[in-house]
Amino acid sequence: MENESINPILETQNLEFTYSYEDGISNKVLNGINLKVPSGQFLAILGRNGSGKSTLAKHFNAVLLPTGGKAYALGIDTSDETRTYDIRQNVGMVFQNPDNQIVATIVEEDVAFALENLGVPPEEIRRRVDEALNAVGMYEYRNHAPHQLSGGQKQRVAIAGIIAMKPKCIVLDEPTAMLDPRGRREVIETIMKLNRDEKITIVLITHFMDEAVRADRVVVIDHGNILLDGAPRSVFSNVAMLKSIGLDVPQAAELLYELNKSGEKLPQDVLTAEECIDALATLLEESHCRKIR
Amino acid sequence: MPKDPIIKTEHLRYVYSEGTPFEKAAIDDVSIEIEKGEFVGVIGHTGSGKSTFVQHLNGLLKPTSGRVLIDGQDIWEKGVDRRKIRFKVGLVFQYPEYQLFEDTVFKDISYGPRNMGLSEDEIASRVYEAAEFVGLSEDLLEKSPFELSGGQKRRVAIAGVIAMQPDVLVLDEPAAGLDPKGRESILRRIREYHKARGSTILLVSHSMEDIAENASKVLVMNKAKLVMYDSVDAVFARSQELLSIGLDIPQITRVFIGLRKRGFDVNDCIYTVKDGKKEILRALKEGGAGC
Repeated sequence: MENESINPILETQNLEFTYSYEDGISNKVLNGINLKVPSGQFLAILGRNGSGKSTLAKHFNAVLLPTGGKAYALGIDTSDETRTYDIRQNVGMVFQNPDNQIVATIVEEDVAFALENLGVPPEEIRRRVDEALNAVGMYEYRNHAPHQLSGGQKQRVAIAGIIAMKPKCIVLDEPTAMLDPRGRREVIETIMKLNRDEKITIVLITHFMDEAVRADRVVVIDHGNILLDGAPRSVFSNVAMLKSIGLDVPQAAELLYELNKSGEKLPQDVLTAEECIDALATLLEESHCRKIR
Repeated sequence: MPKDPIIKTEHLRYVYSEGTPFEKAAIDDVSIEIEKGEFVGVIGHTGSGKSTFVQHLNGLLKPTSGRVLIDGQDIWEKGVDRRKIRFKVGLVFQYPEYQLFEDTVFKDISYGPRNMGLSEDEIASRVYEAAEFVGLSEDLLEKSPFELSGGQKRRVAIAGVIAMQPDVLVLDEPAAGLDPKGRESILRRIREYHKARGSTILLVSHSMEDIAENASKVLVMNKAKLVMYDSVDAVFARSQELLSIGLDIPQITRVFIGLRKRGFDVNDCIYTVKDGKKEILRALKEGGAGC
């Protein structure tokens, strides 16, 4: 891995996790995951339902503890229970359903909730809440009731509640699954801004490939194993493999892949519509295709 | 022969919290005729009024003003049995898996047909048929719905509505939250159901790809108004307008519009990768022929 030299903010070593049920049945969900997340990275973890991606995410702040191998956050072994709070203050989590994460009746009180529990002085709370709401673009809604907000706005409030704690890392488990396109855009842009401006490490769990495309790095999980790990461009060039495990690729990438199967010579590392247009225009130009007029 | 409209609304208007400071028209002056057997994609961003609109079609909401006619019948006319309207127009809500309540899958799916007053034999045959349509195996029918996976639960909920064999099936985001394979599986079932039964389908979705691949017509709502109701080609051809109201068009469509802008003689009404591939290969072949 290219960032080997940076002390990873998150790390797993042969991480295994098995769910055990009362009736003696058990289900092994993670099969020895080795992953290092350098500080400041925007990592997307992609996988279909049941692939183990959410289970992996829950190991990053000790919501789950490994049944085999090790998980470290900020260099701390997550199974060291005396350090659980240190980990959770620095690795915040945002979940899928915004309605399950908001506890207060006023936006700014919700954002202040964790700080009050931590005993942060009131002036400091005021300052951090304002900062956090500004960072997610929700300051003007500080006196609203959560039910007056859209799904995307609620998720941004949930994110504000996390960043008010000044974490080094935020893990988001399908934060946009229940949102409409506008809400999805709002949340993804907020995440990218926090990564860029505040240098917060981001782990985004998703099955929307158009979100994963925007990350620095994409890890694809299937059946509890890491299947692919690399820059979005190289990961999404594996069209056949991704489709075979039930994931999507951008339509632009799929089109070029399909045309190559038919014998055309086109680049395979295309993600956006613009890149696809360029590649096809070159091909059509070369074969002297008919132009309009 | 022109088909009779199965759904017709006339100047439909619905106002929330009327007479309070929060008063807001959720739908305003919506007049539309939807023909029998049509597969309609319903799009519009959150708050556009699309969910409020579909909730009028089986009488769940009563219009503030205007009329709703199902098969020519004004559903709010005196003496109309609105229960019967609900058998005719089946509505599957968002995240319907949270609405399961019976202790077996069979009982849950049979709830609707039982309310219709059908015989036990008829109920059973409808449950089996509906379960098959959504791809639930028979051994699941005696299980508790709460033992099933999320995707299976959603199929149970959909089966419960189609067991009533409604003439109109309305599905609000049936694939939300599912991964691509789960999405495709649900949509394929709906497509097959539409083909087999010839029912009218209204599919509410945020995914333009899903709409493009399934629907024959598209209904677009924006700010409580009906802004477009036309064929898929005609609606997606207005891509700038769609973008300006916060909607999107499929990436593949943007590619072909882009190629056409650069002067290539390609069809820009392309919505699926399959059609895109065909179109490029056609253009290459004809180009090679010396045009």
